[in-house]
Amino acid sequence: MTTNTVWLKIDGERVTPALQEALAKLDNAGGEVVLDFCDVHRIDPGAIGVMEKLAGIAGGNTVKIVLHGVNVDIYKVLKLVKLAPRFSFLN
Amino acid sequence: MGKEDRNMPENVAPLSQERMAYLEGLVSQARTAAAVFSQYTQEDVDRIVKPMVLAGLEQAQYLARLAVEETKLGVMEDKAIKNMVATEFVYNYVKDKRTVGAIREYPERGLVEMAEPIGVIFSLTPITNPTSTVLFKCIMAIKTRNAVIFSPHPNSVHCCQEAVRIMYETAVKHGAPEGVFTCIGSHTMPDNAYLMQHKDVGLIDATGGPGAVKAAYSSGKPALGVGPGNTPVYLEKTADLDMAVVDIITSKTFDNGTICASEQTVAIDDEIYDLVLQKFAELGAHICNERETALLGRTVIDPETGVMRPMAVGQKATDIARVIGLSVKPNTKLLITPIQGVGREYPLSAEKLFPVLSVYRAKSVDEALKVCVDVNRLGGIGHTAVIFSRNDEIIRKFGEVINAGRIIVNSPGSIGALGGVYNDLVPTFSFGCGTGGGNSTTDNVNVYHYLNIKRVARRSQAHMWFRVPNQIYFNMNAVENLRHFPSRSTMIITNPALEQMGHVDIVRRSIPPETFVRVWTIPDAEPEAKVVMQGVEALNSYKVDQIVALGGGSVIDAAKIMKLKYESPEADLEELAAPFLDIRKRVVEYPTEKVNRVRMIAISTTSGTGSEVTPFAVLIDKERGCKVTLVDYSLSPDVAIVDPQFVMSMPKGLTADTGIDCLTHALEAGVSTYASPYTDSNAMQAIRLVFKYLPIAYENPRDEEARSMMHNAACIAALAFSNASVGVNHALAHAFGARFGIAHGRANALMLPHVIAYNASVPTKFRPSPNTRAYVAHKKYAMIADLLGLGGHTIEEKVKNLVAATERLLDQLGIPRSIADLGISKEEFERAMPDLARIAFDDPSWQSNPRMPLVSELVELFWSAYHGRSPAQEAPASQQETEMEVCV
Repeated sequence: MTTNTVWLKIDGERVTPALQEALAKLDNAGGEVVLDFCDVHRIDPGAIGVMEKLAGIAGGNTVKIVLHGVNVDIYKVLKLVKLAPRFSFLN
Repeated sequence: MGKEDRNMPENVAPLSQERMAYLEGLVSQARTAAAVFSQYTQEDVDRIVKPMVLAGLEQAQYLARLAVEETKLGVMEDKAIKNMVATEFVYNYVKDKRTVGAIREYPERGLVEMAEPIGVIFSLTPITNPTSTVLFKCIMAIKTRNAVIFSPHPNSVHCCQEAVRIMYETAVKHGAPEGVFTCIGSHTMPDNAYLMQHKDVGLIDATGGPGAVKAAYSSGKPALGVGPGNTPVYLEKTADLDMAVVDIITSKTFDNGTICASEQTVAIDDEIYDLVLQKFAELGAHICNERETALLGRTVIDPETGVMRPMAVGQKATDIARVIGLSVKPNTKLLITPIQGVGREYPLSAEKLFPVLSVYRAKSVDEALKVCVDVNRLGGIGHTAVIFSRNDEIIRKFGEVINAGRIIVNSPGSIGALGGVYNDLVPTFSFGCGTGGGNSTTDNVNVYHYLNIKRVARRSQAHMWFRVPNQIYFNMNAVENLRHFPSRSTMIITNPALEQMGHVDIVRRSIPPETFVRVWTIPDAEPEAKVVMQGVEALNSYKVDQIVALGGGSVIDAAKIMKLKYESPEADLEELAAPFLDIRKRVVEYPTEKVNRVRMIAISTTSGTGSEVTPFAVLIDKERGCKVTLVDYSLSPDVAIVDPQFVMSMPKGLTADTGIDCLTHALEAGVSTYASPYTDSNAMQAIRLVFKYLPIAYENPRDEEARSMMHNAACIAALAFSNASVGVNHALAHAFGARFGIAHGRANALMLPHVIAYNASVPTKFRPSPNTRAYVAHKKYAMIADLLGLGGHTIEEKVKNLVAATERLLDQLGIPRSIADLGISKEEFERAMPDLARIAFDDPSWQSNPRMPLVSELVELFWSAYHGRSPAQEAPASQQETEMEVCV
């Protein structure tokens, strides 16, 4: 069995739109999606809103969402809003 | 039960699903905002706070007008001032405060305090100060990166929502996260209860009446609850009366008396009472007569509850007078009601958040203070009190007897308590009232109450020392150096045997001839209290200014204690012997004030204890049947003379026992947790000298070099253990020696090989000690083996070789290798074991041992010594080979 892995870079200057674009791509996708947060230094409530939707998709079993390169400040935010357990993290 | 269900508070009155969803939405929004806020820097939040403050100042009058219109309380102009204090004064306090990351640093203590936001704060605001409280809390929340859900008093919802809107829009415009503030519109008690108990609410900040505060504290959540007061005022006869009267009127009429810190009852000294009332009247107060006072008491205070009626709160004096049918002048600011006591039978002694002020004529300071205490305790505990006086002693006494978080001196109570205007109190709109008021703090609530303050504590480097006597003279005939010490009256303390041997005469000859010399002999045994006190009497009667202690450890110890009691007669030896864990922090202090001053010179006549340079002294308390061990560097002799001529005739057995005592001191100091490079150098040198010269001194007692070197070794080892202490070997030997009457050096010898093997193996338990940076005892033993040239390639081999060399030395000295060899039966030893183990564990000697001994391990060590099985034949437990890393 083969698994498709899609790697999506999140633009640090436009985090929420980039996440929304990722969300749109994921709607009909399967397999594993890696969201690359290496260039993201901070997230806002809007980004968290999109990530909640992403987490909803990740919970559907058809797709696994991996967050790559999340800095510790953002990791703490995700812990505070209780989203962290709903994603996988790759350093 | 799903995840969301786990957030459901318990014991909350039922809410509709729709209402719960609404409240959950508020919390979720605030939680997200708070989470996002956690990423902000100090600069980020400071950039947001300033425009918020400016917006608040800009809208101060607008919000004040809204508040008065909606609540029908207070004075618009005064509420505008409150809004300005809540913004400008609070900003002035917080602007330079660090509230993100490291907020305070104490480099000398190795401490850094760091800020952690609380997250979501649920905030109740009062009807009396609605908009100012919102402005204040919004600024604090942004400064500390928290989100707030506001729940205003039901009669001030609109003005509070408007204040929140202004703050929120400004904050978000300048970068605050969306959702950082929300304000509930219409709400009910169940709404508040639901939010108070919500798992995602971190703190409740309840500014309001007792009901709100009680609900907050009852929720089980961390809460800042501030509540009602009843401010007593003492107007004392030395006060500036004109200033006092103006201040009280200013304060009590400010916003029609709605600030809970405002004055309620003034105790006025009899001598100035009439004059003060006249001044009040001149400035627009109406002094009520007895009938008017009674009428007011019946109408503005509820006789059932003793609490003020809402109809009067925040109303003008003239309006209150009109409603109850009092005839007053149109410009009346304040109604003054003379009362004769405090309590429920005097209704106007209660809190009155309107311009009615009670006054009491006090016949004395004592009576005035008692009245103030009564008012304070009639609903005002922990809140605020005021005194006008120029008498510092009375001000201090007032501060002592009144339980109030804020005691305002010579200034208006309400505005004084707010802070920053009349004094240096922290500006606030929430007064902590301490436990007396059912609150968790007496502070003026401020930004630091909106933070979890984390403390990053670095490991501190324990202060170490190397303290030794000022002068040490050594080598043959060193005693002649006594001639350098002028003295009018010298006492030689010694024992009869040494006098008979002629040692005292040798000493006498070296003391300058003009010195008057007495000899005081004591028994050659550990000194008893009685013997010491007889010696002190002699020192006093001869007005001695120099003590020469000539003898072994017992004589020198006795002389140390005699000196202590002679110099400081009040010294309580029992207290000074109290146990301690760390000498730097011990409870007792040795006396520094001295009635007499005396120089102490110690001349040792054995080569073992090193008492001539140590800060220890042991006393036998026969009455209590115990030893009293004194430890303090003030006990160290001023001068030590290490002259081998006094040990040339030591018998072989004593040479062996004292020599091994010296070796034990050096080995234990070498691996002590208090060891330092300073003590190591001494310990290692002493070990080298003992291994080389002790067998020679034992075999050829007249060998001058060997005797001299062993005498030096004892002193050098003592310099090491005076500063690094000893270890478990001494704890075992003390217990065993005392129980079976075995000489200290011999008892040490029986334990020594076993203790080396024990200390060289990985500890079962590490003892907390900042001095222990790493477990190095095995490496230090290996280093000693190298120093002695014992060979071996690994640490394990080297330790074994050291144990074997120690055993060979004991054999050379004719010292039995087992306790059994002393003729002690196994049964007798077994019977003694519980006591031995207990006493050894109580012995402070092991405190600096590299292994913290368990009682079971002490028992094992005792049995090893009993059987005398050679540890050199057994490998130390679980010792791995490691590279040598220890330097001396």
